[in-house]
Amino acid sequence: MPEALLETRGLGKTFGAVVAAEDVSVSVAAGEIVGVIGANGAGKTTFCNMVTGYLTPDQGRILFRGADITGCTVGEATAAGIHRSFQIPQLFPGLTVYENLLLSVGVFGHRRPPWWRPLVRPETQQEARRVMEQYRIADSAETRVDRLPQGVRKLLDIAMAMVGGPAMILLDEPTSGISTEEKFDVMGNVIDALRSSGATVLFVEHDMDVVGRYADRVIAFREGRVLADGAPREVLENPAVIEHVVGRRPPRPTDA
Amino acid sequence: MTALRNIRPTTAGIVLAAAALLGLWPLLPAWAAHTAAVSLGGGLVALGLMILIRFGLVSFGQGLFFAIGGYAAALANQFLGITDMLVLSVAGIAAAGMIAWALGYIVRGHRGIFFAMLNLAFSMILFGILAKTVALGSTDGFSVGVPTLLGVAPGPEAGRLTFVLFGFIVISSALVAWMVDRILASPVGYAGQGVRENELRLRYLGVSARGAVHLAYIMAAKLAALGGVFTVLLIGHVTPEDTAYWTKSGEFVFVAILGGAGNVAAPFIAQTVFELVRTFALQYVPEAWQMLLGITLLLVILFLPGGLWSLVDRLRGRDA
Amino acid sequence: MMALAAIVVDSLVYASWLFIVSIGLTLIFGVMNVLNVAHGSLYALGAYTAAWGVGMYVGGAPDAGFVLLAIMLVAAIVVGVLVGILIERGVLRWVYGRDEIVIVLATYAVFLVLEDVMKLIFGPESYIAFQPRFLFGTVSVAGIPYVGYDLLLVPLVALIGVGIWAAIHRTRPGKLLIAVIHDREIASALGINVARFFTVTFLCGAILGALGGALSAPLISVVPGIGVELIVLAFAVVVIGGLGSVEGAAIGALLVGLGRTAAVFFRPELELFVVFVVMTVVLAVRPEGLFGKPQTRRI
Repeated sequence: MPEALLETRGLGKTFGAVVAAEDVSVSVAAGEIVGVIGANGAGKTTFCNMVTGYLTPDQGRILFRGADITGCTVGEATAAGIHRSFQIPQLFPGLTVYENLLLSVGVFGHRRPPWWRPLVRPETQQEARRVMEQYRIADSAETRVDRLPQGVRKLLDIAMAMVGGPAMILLDEPTSGISTEEKFDVMGNVIDALRSSGATVLFVEHDMDVVGRYADRVIAFREGRVLADGAPREVLENPAVIEHVVGRRPPRPTDA
Repeated sequence: MTALRNIRPTTAGIVLAAAALLGLWPLLPAWAAHTAAVSLGGGLVALGLMILIRFGLVSFGQGLFFAIGGYAAALANQFLGITDMLVLSVAGIAAAGMIAWALGYIVRGHRGIFFAMLNLAFSMILFGILAKTVALGSTDGFSVGVPTLLGVAPGPEAGRLTFVLFGFIVISSALVAWMVDRILASPVGYAGQGVRENELRLRYLGVSARGAVHLAYIMAAKLAALGGVFTVLLIGHVTPEDTAYWTKSGEFVFVAILGGAGNVAAPFIAQTVFELVRTFALQYVPEAWQMLLGITLLLVILFLPGGLWSLVDRLRGRDA
Repeated sequence: MMALAAIVVDSLVYASWLFIVSIGLTLIFGVMNVLNVAHGSLYALGAYTAAWGVGMYVGGAPDAGFVLLAIMLVAAIVVGVLVGILIERGVLRWVYGRDEIVIVLATYAVFLVLEDVMKLIFGPESYIAFQPRFLFGTVSVAGIPYVGYDLLLVPLVALIGVGIWAAIHRTRPGKLLIAVIHDREIASALGINVARFFTVTFLCGAILGALGGALSAPLISVVPGIGVELIVLAFAVVVIGGLGSVEGAAIGALLVGLGRTAAVFFRPELELFVVFVVMTVVLAVRPEGLFGKPQTRRI
């Protein structure tokens, strides 16, 4: 088993009477592309929230590159190299696509930047343009984000998460809200871009076809627990997963 | 309100404006010079509010720091015998900076009306203290003597507004405006747009939204305090009612909204308009002055959300 | 012992007054998310109109009795309805949907305008309408004489408070109102006329504000600037209890009433200070107020 990049040990989180996570222990190796599946409320987003410091787990530890990052803030997790995208894209709605990226590139990770150096410089402008090209959203550069179609928003959200070059990225339902025809286009784009950056990817997804095609490994959640963890074919054909997560027999994964 | 592209460093404009004011001194009638200097003082307070507005925050208690600056200068003058305007300014800024640093730990987690209300409460506490403490002059406040600069004292025949004081106010306002301009164009200033537009995303970009708000709060406080020092030196008097009471804070908010958040010049222009209109209104229609303010504020909210500065942007063409 | 009894009674009277002058503010915020700075103007206008009406009537009929109370009530309703409609239909509906702080600024603008309107209508002199205050004689509580009018404020305001609570929680329109508070869009999709609920709520809040002023008219000297002082005090009361909560406003009124009365008894110079220190502590520690519910965000 290769060295783990991210490892969680016995994570637990409850909200009142709702158990959002219980004894979640998973390990992700560097370079892996891991798909996370589970019904609504299975604890997938809670898992992303805990790993990125948005929520502090009630129990358990989170290790990243061997260092304990349990209880760190969002800013610290980001600085450590864990970034994320969101189920509902988190953008700067009053600004254009280009401005969103320029702002992201310019402020990224700045704790105490020199006050006399402007944010808008040739380097930041170039980098913002480069990211737009990479995620193929340059056509919408001058469009205000609140007027964008959902697909472009999702791409921009992921592009903004990639600013700063994370070691690991968590994609929370990257294809939700995108039409079935476009899903593979969008996901193909994203996975290509992510592969070339060398980032380790963990993506939450409802569409089993997408999971089957892009994941190296699949983790299935149910009611806050890990139900199954393994190769895509194995997990997607697991009877318990079929019953509780997939709800129907999945088509054969094309290539795993 | 303001798109990202609106920030352009305006060093040349600031230098020109300061030079013009200094050059005009011999030609300016006394009332005009006084109005210009008072507008710079008030404009600094509004400039601080403008920084907060860029962060999406409005404080209904900026009079707190205006009063701290004014009172720091008045007390240092009264009890320590300090008359040097530079020392008095530094004292005001330092006092406000420390208090804002401490209060910042409370306010930095607040947004929207809670930020506005919390600052209102702070300022009303200070008002309560100032108005009821005899050692601090109670409701009557203090008088302040004519200030000096680096040993240069005005002659006995000089009025309150000497060229030294005028020049000092113009040059320090210009310097401060230039610094704020640079800060707004730097990542620190842009972080404010992030706070306003989407704080969650900003945090996931590794920027502490609370830290950025804290920093902006301290900056705004220091600007308000410097404005308070200037105003006290110009008026020669400080009272709780004219500094810490909520109506004064409301006036500053009015000016900041009137000017808009598009450029560091905006609050100064708006404050000048405010002072001029007040001078004439109080003379000709004293019972309609607040009505004038209210109607103007409504018109700006409804038809000119970018403030007066958006007119300038419009003249220059939207995209530059 | 006597001091304690006096503090308790004074606090209750003062808290009742605080509740009646603040309840409209919290009602409007709770339903519409509008923090109405012009509430101070409604209070002042109510006080002016009531004092003027009482003065006019007394001038013609020196031994006027309970008619004075009717005059005060009518004054409050007339002011509340007229000014309320003007503000809600004339100003607020143009800014619904904008940032809540922009709406605060809009009501602040209205407040500024009304300050001068009052000066133009009523002039700079003070109006005194003490007559209603002596309709109920004096009552002795624990050996201390109290003005009957002041003491009657307590049950009257309690009645108003319970009435508002019951109207929201025990009637059909009240239940619909809760739906509107909970989620405007869904309420609207369910066929509830949200715009009408807004108008009615604002009118009720405005009438309550004016009523607070009218009931205060016999207690104070009605002069320019009373609205300026009132609004920050009302902010403190509603923020302490939790913006938008009727029960909260009651608790806020009791706390502020007790704090300020105690200050007046022991350290008069701390009177104003105490109120805003409590407000600050509540805002700092529990910004949603003692009775408010914290909002959670889903991502």
